[in-house]
Amino acid sequence: MTDDLLLEATGVAKRYGAVIALRDASLGVRAGEVHALMGANGAGKSTFVKILTGAIRPDAGTIMLRGRERGMHSPDEARRTGLIPVYQEPSLVPDLDVHANLTLTRTPINAFRRWVEDLGVLHLDLRTPARELPLAILRILDLARALAVEPDVLLLDEMTAALPADLTEHVMNAIRRQREAGRSVIFISHRMIEIAAICDRATVLRDGQTVGVVDVTKGTEEQIVKHMLGPIATQPAATRTGTGARSDRLDDAVTARLSVRSLRAGTKLHDVSFDLRVGEVLGIVALEGQGQDELFDVLAGSARPSGGEVHVDGRPARFGHPADAIRAGLVYVPANRAEALLMQRSVRENIALPFSAALNHWGPIDTSTEGRRIGTAVNRLQIDTRAQSEVRRLSGGNQQKVTIARWVAGGVRTLLCFDPTRGIDIRTKREIYDLLRELAAAGAAVLLYTSELEEIPLVCDRVVVIFNGRVVDEMAAAGADEPTLLRAAYGLPPGALTPEEIVAEAAAVEAANAQPDGSRPATMAGVGEPARDTEGTALSPGSRP
Amino acid sequence: MSAAAETAGRPAGGGTRAGTVRSLWRSAWTFGLVGLLLLLFLVTRAIKPTYGASELESLAIGALPIAFAAVAQAVVVISGGIDLTIGSVMALTNVTAAALMAGGSEEFAVLVVVFVLLLGLVVGALNGLLVVITRVPDIIVTLALSFVWAGAALLVLKSPGGSTAAWLKGLIDDTFLIVWIPEALVLLLVAVGVVWLPLRRSRLGLSMYAVGSDRLAAFRSGVAVGRTKIAAYAVTGLFAAMGGLSLSMSTGIGIPVPGPYTLLSVAAIVLGGVSLAGGRGGLLGPLLAVFILALIRADLTFLNVDPNFATVVQGVILVVVVMVGAFATLRRRTA
Repeated sequence: MTDDLLLEATGVAKRYGAVIALRDASLGVRAGEVHALMGANGAGKSTFVKILTGAIRPDAGTIMLRGRERGMHSPDEARRTGLIPVYQEPSLVPDLDVHANLTLTRTPINAFRRWVEDLGVLHLDLRTPARELPLAILRILDLARALAVEPDVLLLDEMTAALPADLTEHVMNAIRRQREAGRSVIFISHRMIEIAAICDRATVLRDGQTVGVVDVTKGTEEQIVKHMLGPIATQPAATRTGTGARSDRLDDAVTARLSVRSLRAGTKLHDVSFDLRVGEVLGIVALEGQGQDELFDVLAGSARPSGGEVHVDGRPARFGHPADAIRAGLVYVPANRAEALLMQRSVRENIALPFSAALNHWGPIDTSTEGRRIGTAVNRLQIDTRAQSEVRRLSGGNQQKVTIARWVAGGVRTLLCFDPTRGIDIRTKREIYDLLRELAAAGAAVLLYTSELEEIPLVCDRVVVIFNGRVVDEMAAAGADEPTLLRAAYGLPPGALTPEEIVAEAAAVEAANAQPDGSRPATMAGVGEPARDTEGTALSPGSRP
Repeated sequence: MSAAAETAGRPAGGGTRAGTVRSLWRSAWTFGLVGLLLLLFLVTRAIKPTYGASELESLAIGALPIAFAAVAQAVVVISGGIDLTIGSVMALTNVTAAALMAGGSEEFAVLVVVFVLLLGLVVGALNGLLVVITRVPDIIVTLALSFVWAGAALLVLKSPGGSTAAWLKGLIDDTFLIVWIPEALVLLLVAVGVVWLPLRRSRLGLSMYAVGSDRLAAFRSGVAVGRTKIAAYAVTGLFAAMGGLSLSMSTGIGIPVPGPYTLLSVAAIVLGGVSLAGGRGGLLGPLLAVFILALIRADLTFLNVDPNFATVVQGVILVVVVMVGAFATLRRRTA
């Protein structure tokens, strides 16, 4: 590609110890284009963003802006060279008022004010501390602060995730204005519909590598999804024998062990309902930050919902503390094992903790009973006990087994697993899958969130897809191959939740643009179409709840 | 989408009236402290009707070192750290001044004062530098360094001694213009004001609040986090040196053993409305808090309360006031 690139990053690599976050990432952004940066969970997107914005240094690779190489060693330096990011989380200093925040970044006040109004926030009092502003407004102010310095390259990381429809609309317009002014925007979003509406080209990352650059046109979603999946997509999903029959056997009349109704929590979980039945492994599929963290926090008793209901065995339940959830039989296995384990203590103590530390067990611990229960659990999970005196010396896989073993030893009724196989070797993964199936067969209920989609048909009976804090799809796991799941996870089809207005508006704008411009009609024509096309394909395997 | 709009709330409207109310509430803690201080004066007058200008003067002189310590602590806590070396640095600067002034002329003492202030600045900057480069938590680094500086003070002067220039002592031994304004109070306000007011208005001051409030957000806003922390520790060291000089003024000698100033400074800033989490508060609150604590102490003495018990009462009052304040703030935030 020899056209004039405003920003060009090539061969960017970064590793953290043994973990390779980025292998060979590249990105070329032309002047006057809106460029999407895409990738599934763990593809290295956020590391790449941090490197581009100077928050961390790459191990290898070059970044050129306007043909000149530059190393960006701090956000301040990146800022001065004309690349301004708007991060996923608000970046205003909470205890300073808006005006002081602007002074801090040397942002021109008048330009900022103009942008704030253009972005649809009226009557902003600059003396309001950032802490007192609602999240959506903070995002808008972040964007206005970036726009006010007229950046050559604007990087928007999940800018629209926390915005209501009308504000999203204003953001889209602002992005279009940047393009018209010959500036570039790097746009990161999980919403395909927005990508289709606004982006010219898309760079797709997979496993820390740039695997494709595509022009965003009609039907591009297919191409992007294919790139994100890699070669696996072409293989048929491995079907699991037996479980299909199992899920058929379970009819809706069976009492749910856990039923969640219209649950709301935090800023991300809006409306989630599902039933977890006895003897079932229910998969939860969601892209990062769609509300699944909040869901598990609520169910595990470490956060309180802001609305909706949770029923355990048909009775309403409210958890004020994880101990309440454990008492109700809901036990939690987090992805981050350090959250669950006492790293300096022994395997034995870690397994015994939940039942030996119960407050009604005053007095000396009955070590023989305890020993028997622990022994059973250790054998059952085949935990490698060679380094059992300190849990931190175990491998990640064995640590994860310990977190599960503690609940197995206590007699598990409902297991909540949040990405339990993250960073674990393939053999241990298999063992954990088998264990989850066994537990379900023995009458437990398992709720499993996983970022590895290929696990779903292997372990689960059913799967619920959450997008933007809502359940968007529910299907039998047996037929859920990766492309189907990923498409559903990206909120394709739009269905009831997707802002129809954006599509309609984008199409209208496009229609208006197509005539006078003429240079890009092919790119954007019929923006509304691809979404509707995919609706049919993605919906077919499952059924809406 | 509709729920997203719900949670997001609406643009910050409300206009200027809400703004005024808000800014009033933000200084509510300071107003509360002023009220508390006035109330305590009335109580003191009721307990001891003869309480007057001369008692006020000795109160100000007595509170001077604690006031400087509190101001020093406030600066570093606002920028997200904590400094346990304040008491030791006060001792070190106090004995350095006393040792250098012993036998020297009045004019030489001016140089000594400048040198001692610079010493405080450098020692503070060194504290900050170590905190930043070792990445060990502030509380641990400064705890360790507090022993270092206390030891250094003993190296300078083995036992209480030295002397203080007469003009320096003279700075606080009288009243200013009218009998009701102690010179010590004027000195305190001038010294703090000269350093803090320009700083507060500068980008560095803003950066200190930013780093204390949210390191990541500050970093992303282009603030040099490390340099800001070092600067904050340096300013703290400067104020601690002023505290050390104030000890010279009130005692006339150098005492190489750190007083209870470090912990008193923490108590004063907490009562003064500085958030220990950083980013919030100012210097006026801690100053008011120092005088409140001193007055409570004085009142308990006038009431002939056992001095040991008086300490207990002082602690309880501190806890209660802070708890009530925190509760009120919490109530308001959740409302």
